[in-house]
Order: sequence, then structure tokens, then C-alpha cells
Amino acid sequence: MTATRRATDTLIIVAALLAAWQVLHRIAGDTALPAPIATLTYLAHMVPTERFAQNAAATAEAFSLALILAYALGLAIGVWMGAHRLSGAVGEPILVAIYSLPKIVLYPVVLLIFGLGISGKVVFGAMHGILPVALLTMGAIRAIPPVYLRSAHTLRLTPWQTIATVLIPAALPEVFTGLRIGFTVTLLGVLLGEMFASRLGLGSLIMSDMQLAQSEDMVTVTIILFAFAAVANAILLWIEHRLHRRV
Amino acid sequence: MTRVGLIRLAVIAALIGALEFACQSGLISRRTIVPPSEMAVTLYNLLVSGAINADIARTLGLIVVVIAFSIVLGFALGVLIHALPRVREALDPLFATYYAVPIFIFYPVLIAIFGLSIFPIVVIGVATAIVAMIIATLNGLDRVPRVLTKVARVHRLGRVTTALTLQLPAAAPYLFTGVKLSVSYGFIAVIAAEFILSPAGLGRDIADAYADFNNRRMYALILFLLIVATIVNAALHAFDMRWAERRSGGRP
Repeated sequence: MTATRRATDTLIIVAALLAAWQVLHRIAGDTALPAPIATLTYLAHMVPTERFAQNAAATAEAFSLALILAYALGLAIGVWMGAHRLSGAVGEPILVAIYSLPKIVLYPVVLLIFGLGISGKVVFGAMHGILPVALLTMGAIRAIPPVYLRSAHTLRLTPWQTIATVLIPAALPEVFTGLRIGFTVTLLGVLLGEMFASRLGLGSLIMSDMQLAQSEDMVTVTIILFAFAAVANAILLWIEHRLHRRV
Repeated sequence: MTRVGLIRLAVIAALIGALEFACQSGLISRRTIVPPSEMAVTLYNLLVSGAINADIARTLGLIVVVIAFSIVLGFALGVLIHALPRVREALDPLFATYYAVPIFIFYPVLIAIFGLSIFPIVVIGVATAIVAMIIATLNGLDRVPRVLTKVARVHRLGRVTTALTLQLPAAAPYLFTGVKLSVSYGFIAVIAAEFILSPAGLGRDIADAYADFNNRRMYALILFLLIVATIVNAALHAFDMRWAERRSGGRP
């Protein structure tokens, strides 16, 4: 498939989504769902305001901290369970079981332990991200062909050399898939946390807009978050494909 | 039970035991976490008294509706899209991005459009769960060996017979993956929606108990949902394993 054709397809999808939005707007009315054009003009007004900047900064701060925590812990658990066979065999089903639980019900517990401030959001976001990062890292390390390690041994590489020149390059593409998925679910976790209980942040902004029936504001913030996630994912996917091709 | 299974059980028991000890000894304040034994007792009393029966029925009912819709509709759409290669090609970028964006943030928009009822919950649930089923259906139909369709032609089977006796069984493992994902996503979306904002339901119950500082009730309800989710996931997993075993003819 040529690149132009793919770009055309993406454009067609975006156009179809916008058309569906317009139709839904006609049915639901102005107060419930503003039209696409109206939302775009509103977006231009809203983004430079102090209120938006403050909430966006709060979300960005919580999200980056959550992401660092999720990546650090997820990689550590993944490497440990991938390298140590018994830990992996014991732990994998537990991780998989936790992965498919509705973690939102644990948010009150997180709030009781960490409070309503930024730390609650950060921990809750990280809780979502740790599992995919850990599971995919574990899989990546287990999938490294043993012959790589034997050659490293034959070449008398030190453990650090083995890690830096053999293990990391071999596991990187799949680990990166975990990091990409971790990015997405951590963002969702932070936003869910903000939607349920938070004073600041784009998630709480959406909820207060809904309660105050400010649908223009609400739809605009939703669209911005949606676009951010889609663009970030496209970039991460692009890097991932390059990593896979290199190997 | 295997050795690994025993160790796993011991690890889980040790974690619960440690939590129980930390709570009982006051290391963890009762205002933060109540002891697991107390969660279980409170849950038992709640279940026996029937106080949460209506909410259980409502929430589990919604989940069943969402999952049923997603599976049936997702399968139908998957078959339709598979039959139209050009449409499928165009939809590819959408499928690739779908689970990378937090679909759930549209829930407040849906409430604004449809009002606060079960309708936005069903819509957000189906929106979350259905795409996994569509993608799984497409995958499954792709993997049907071409030799099967040739065999069907040799035996002059009709379209329907071919679909039911050859294509469906060949695609079944992939379809089951879709079912598993739909169940998991549907469950999570309904609970999350109830939890964030909804007129009733178990998710709402937990949020209310949290707001009322009623920790015993809150933890009992959380325990209930975690148990239900674990049982459902374990059942699907067991079914999957058994099926895989049968397919491989009992060979490991």
C-alpha cells in the first residue's frame, strides 16, 4: 500500500467521524453537543486561557510522574520475572489476572492511602501502566534465543557488556511495544483518577463542565485529549516499526 | 497441583496474611484499609441480607447486555468488513489507533447527549468492547486455510454450509480471543462508568460508600467485584485451555 493511499484513507476516516459528529449534533442539539466548526473556533479561544493552561499543566505533571513510575517499576518487574524462571512462572498468571481487573474500583483505596492531591493520581496512573510494561518486558527477555547468551559467554563479555550489547538490543523492540501500551493506559488511569476526584486537571475539567452544562468546553477538552493520545501513539508506533525492522 | 501452582498460592496467601496482620496490629490504620477478614464478613452479611441484590442485578445485567451486544454486533460487522477489502483497508488506521486513545473520556459527552441513564453506560461499554471483537473476527477469517474453501467447492457445499461447517470452526480460536477481550473490556467500562457517574449500580455504591467514609461497606463491595471479575476471567481461561488441549488432540 502506498503512503498516499494510506494518508487518503486516514483523511476519509477523519471526514467520516466529523460527518457523524455533525449528524449527532443535529439530533442532540446545541446545548448537548456543539457542532464541529463551533468547537474548533472555541478551541482557538480556549487554549490560550489561564484556566486551560493550569489544568493542562496539572495533568501533564501527574501524567509524566506516573509514566516514570510505571516504566521504572514495570521494567524492573519485567526484567526480574523474565530472567528468573521460577519468579516468572509463579508471577505471570497473577499479573495477567490483575491486568484484566477493573482497576477503577481500587481508586478509593489509592485515595485513602495517598490522599486527594497529585500523588493519588500518579499512583493510580502508574498502577495501570506497570502491568503491560512488565508483561511485555518479561516476554521479550524470555524470547531472547539462548544462543545469544552462549555467544556472549564465549566472547567473555562481562555481565554489563552482555546487558548493554546483547540483551538490550535483542529485547528492545518488544519492550518498546510494552512502553507504548503503558503510555496509553497510564494516560487513561490519570484521566480516570481526575474524573473521579481531583481539584485540578483536564479530567476534572471535563466532569465539572458536564455538571455545569458547558458542553463546548467539555467537548473541546475531550477532543484535545483524544488528538494528543492519537498523535503520541502514531509517533510511538512509527518508532516501534523502525525498531522491529532494524532487528 | 504443580509446584509452581503451590508457590503461587503460598505467595497470594502470604500477601493477604501480611495485610491482615498489618491491619490488625494497627500498622495500617482502619481508616485506610479494613482487615481482609472483616471485608469478607461484611460482604457475607451484605449478601445474606439482600441489601445489594438490586444493584448486583443491575450492574451484572448491564454487563451482560453490553457483552452480548458487542459480541454479536462485533462479529456481524467483522464478517461484513471482511467481505469488503477496500473498506477494511481504509478502516485499518482506525483499528490500529482505537485502543490507544482513552475512549472512556467520551463518557461525559455521552451523558450530555443522552442524559443520565443506563443508555450512556451501554453505549460507552459497547464502544469499548466491540472493536476487539471486530478485530478478532477479521483475524479469524484471515486465518481460515484456503484449502478449506477449495474443499467446500469440490464438495459443492452452499455458502451457509461452508460458513457453518468449515469457516466458523477454523476461525473459532480467534473469535474466542475476541470474546475474552470483549468480556474484560465490557466489564471494566461498565464498572468505570457507574463509578464516575451513574444513577445506581455497584460502581456507584462503591463511590457512595467512599464519600460517606463507610470503609467496611466500600471494601466489601470492592472485594465482591474483584471476586466476580477473577471468577469470570478464570472461567474463560480454563475454557480456553481445555479447548486448546482438545484441538491439539490431547498432546501438550
